[in-house]
Amino acid sequence: MTDAISPLGAVGRPVSIHTDDAAKARLKGRYRTETWFKWLGAAAVALAGLFLVLLLSTIVTQAIPALRQNYLTLPIDLSAAKVDPAKLGEVNYDAIAQEALTAKFPDVTSRQDKRLLRGLISTGTGVFLRKDIAADPGMLGGTVDYAVPLDDFADLYLKGLLADVGSDEAISTSVTPSETSGDIDLTFGDDAMLALARGHGATEGENGMLTLTSGASSLLVAFNGGTVKLTALSPAANGTVIAKGTVIEALDSTAPAASGQAFLRVIETPEASRKISDKVIVWLDTLKSAGLIESRFNSIFFFTGASREPELAGVWGAVVGSFLTMIVTLAIAFPIGVSAAIYLEEFAPKNRLTTMIEVNINNLAAVPSIVFGLLGLAVFLNFFGMPRSAPVVGGMVLALMTLPIIIIASRASLRAVPPSIREAALGIGASKVQTVFHHVLPLAMPGIMTGTILGMAHALGETAPLLMIGMVAFIVDIPGGFTDPATILPVQIFMWADFPEAGFQQKTSAAILILLLFLVIMNAIAVILRKRFERRW
Amino acid sequence: MVGYLVVLLLGLAAAAYWIGRTRAIASVNGDVARLHSLPGQHGMFLALFAAGPALLAIVLWSLVTPSIESSIIADRFSSELSGMGVPQVEAFIRDARAMAFGGLVGFADPTKEAAAALYKSVHATSSWIIWTVALVLSASGFYWAYSRIAQAYRARHVVERILRAFLIACSVVAILTTIGIVLSLIFESLRFFQQVPFYKFLFGTHWSPQSAFTGAGAEARAVNEDIFGMVPLFAGTLLITFIAMLVAAPIGLMAAIYLSDYASKSVRAVAKPVLEILAGIPTVVYGFFAALTVAPYFRGIGESLGLNVASESALAAGVVMGIMIIPFVSSLSDDVINAVPQSLRDGSAGLGATKSETIRKVVLPAALPGIVSAMLLAVSRAIGETMIVVMAAGLAANLTANPLEAVTTVTVQIVTLLVGDQEFDSAKTLAAFALGLVLFCITLSLNIVALRVVQKYREQYD
Repeated sequence: MTDAISPLGAVGRPVSIHTDDAAKARLKGRYRTETWFKWLGAAAVALAGLFLVLLLSTIVTQAIPALRQNYLTLPIDLSAAKVDPAKLGEVNYDAIAQEALTAKFPDVTSRQDKRLLRGLISTGTGVFLRKDIAADPGMLGGTVDYAVPLDDFADLYLKGLLADVGSDEAISTSVTPSETSGDIDLTFGDDAMLALARGHGATEGENGMLTLTSGASSLLVAFNGGTVKLTALSPAANGTVIAKGTVIEALDSTAPAASGQAFLRVIETPEASRKISDKVIVWLDTLKSAGLIESRFNSIFFFTGASREPELAGVWGAVVGSFLTMIVTLAIAFPIGVSAAIYLEEFAPKNRLTTMIEVNINNLAAVPSIVFGLLGLAVFLNFFGMPRSAPVVGGMVLALMTLPIIIIASRASLRAVPPSIREAALGIGASKVQTVFHHVLPLAMPGIMTGTILGMAHALGETAPLLMIGMVAFIVDIPGGFTDPATILPVQIFMWADFPEAGFQQKTSAAILILLLFLVIMNAIAVILRKRFERRW
Repeated sequence: MVGYLVVLLLGLAAAAYWIGRTRAIASVNGDVARLHSLPGQHGMFLALFAAGPALLAIVLWSLVTPSIESSIIADRFSSELSGMGVPQVEAFIRDARAMAFGGLVGFADPTKEAAAALYKSVHATSSWIIWTVALVLSASGFYWAYSRIAQAYRARHVVERILRAFLIACSVVAILTTIGIVLSLIFESLRFFQQVPFYKFLFGTHWSPQSAFTGAGAEARAVNEDIFGMVPLFAGTLLITFIAMLVAAPIGLMAAIYLSDYASKSVRAVAKPVLEILAGIPTVVYGFFAALTVAPYFRGIGESLGLNVASESALAAGVVMGIMIIPFVSSLSDDVINAVPQSLRDGSAGLGATKSETIRKVVLPAALPGIVSAMLLAVSRAIGETMIVVMAAGLAANLTANPLEAVTTVTVQIVTLLVGDQEFDSAKTLAAFALGLVLFCITLSLNIVALRVVQKYREQYD
């Protein structure tokens, strides 16, 4: 830009303070500041966007695994010897399912291992089985293939969330076992295994001996129809390696496996820092390779109530509780809010009472939500003796909280209706009330609805005041009415986020996703209402 | 029982509307023009008088009866309940009520069954009373209003007056809410200050109400006054708020400036919804994000730098709270910046200032009162925010200014003290109300100051 001016200076005008070199430098500096400032602003907006993307992507990636649940199909013996059709209520269905599972692994004998094995399937199996038998008595009398939900650890492992597992790699040397079960020795044809073990955190001992402790990765060797876990390796004569190992699944024979016949699987996460043992991993992989495990849409999560067991926990109870609470909130806040807005905007004289009401409403909009919870606790619960944890009380508290939002939005919407409408109605003889209710209110309705929906969306995501009135209680049943104990979606999220079980982390994210989905739907309705029906005067 | 009564009354109201209409038309032999009020208004008049008083009576009844019934039960069984504390008595009455209405109870014993039987009979009596009262009110209201309907009767005026009274009543709900908040906080706080002197509460530096009682058992009720000092909570709240504002104020303000003065239409079409979504995400989601993603991340960074970062550090909670407040700051600042008249910008540009110079030297000074007020509102919001700090900040009250340590806040303590089954009249739970009162006063005064700043220093253009 300065170039355009400088020739003029050359033609004869004296070089002024606006065109000399210092001025050029100054101008350059000013433009640089300008660019900086602009980019700073853009960076601020981008940062806000980045935070949003980060937040949503974290939650979505965590939530996706919770949408599916792994089921194990077991041949369950429901013959009359096991299940007496006359006494269906007294049968221990859990034991029957566990029996079917242990039958799959005949070489698991110790008490400890059996308990571990039984823990593979969910503790809710018996309940599901009983319910399904009650629904379909035709299952009785024989052995049926029945899919039972897996326990949360097994489920998380199969989803790849508990341990890093490498793929099976063929061992390019021969492997000779000494026994078929128990603690055995394995002889490897070359010393490649030593380097491998070192690379996976084995501890060096005397004479080049390497120990694989629970702090190192697990090395599993699968051959001859069984699996051996390596515990220690030491170099032997002729460049071979002798390894000590524990058999997890019994081998068929002690015949040496030729090169390429044995497979090595590395579980990268050390056993000490994961919540699933090598045994369980091997069992699950066996079941999986037998095609008995199938991943299904997680209907338990969507259609049941809360539970302490991650694999049995569902959001339906919380969704119903939220719905009931929102009905109460809407039923109270909408009529009162709109009426108050109508009065303040259309009828109220300018006096001290109305000024006070207006100041009050603006202040209420800024009161922290938890204070409304304290109000609910002191007034509704302790003074009026209403039930704790009930949607009706939650709805009332949220209604008081939403009221200012609805009033402010409704007033803005009523104010937007031009005075000519009112004057025309009054001019043809309508009373003030008729003017407002027959003409002004219908025209303001889209705006009022938009404001109400946004207020309700705000109320739906609110948590703190409901903690105060006891909606944080652990409630398994799905609430059936407005006075039943219930919990609501945000509080359920809060509670699950606090549970230590790993499985709840995904459940929490999935519940957040459901909550956000509801919010998106409500906001979309508000936007559509505004776009389609709102008139600009 | 009473549900049917309400339905019946609503049916009666519909019938009364129709009857009133018909009677009004009949009173002028179908010549509607001779009526003072429209037939529908006569109908409404009759319906209001037939159902209104009865419905009001039912509302009153349903508010009052539960406590009356409970007190009758507690009174009759006073000898059995004498040894119990407040929560046990409440649980007893709750169980009795549940048994009376066919619910499931954990442990039933003969006393509870007797109480349930009594409850049932008391409730039956009170239902009987409300049925009678409602029907009498309804019939007399109907009779009175019916006899009034005539050609010259000004039904419209009556109906409109009632309607206006209803509208006023609805507006007064806002005042009642404020009064309810203030009274409940003050009364409970006064009870607390009877046990703990308020200067010890306000200026004490030690907070550990979980060890509130010196002895054990029901009779050891001596409250240790020295463990209710709220200074550490207040300091923690301020620390987290400060961190939040360090994040939110620059980002929010710059975003507002960029969106109002620089951004093209298409950028604005994307950025505005982004900020709105950020504002619409429930705080519990931010809390989850802070506790499970941000806090471990900061901890990891701290470890790699050789710093010891607490897993519930003030930093994580503060930063996430700052993210939550960004849209709040930016939308308020946006309004304020947009309110600066275009002529000021044009004048500045005419003098040769660049856009950023215009903004920094003209627009921002002109908008300063509004921006200060927006920041104060944001601070008030951060102080009152609960879920993020409950999930991501600590529980132990450390008096520290180190953002890497765990601190606790006023709202966290309110939640910890009140969640779960507690006796309602212990110093511990009452302390929560005293904290609530402090919180309410702080946020209220911040809001008032914010309002005053705008009123006092706003430049009046044009």
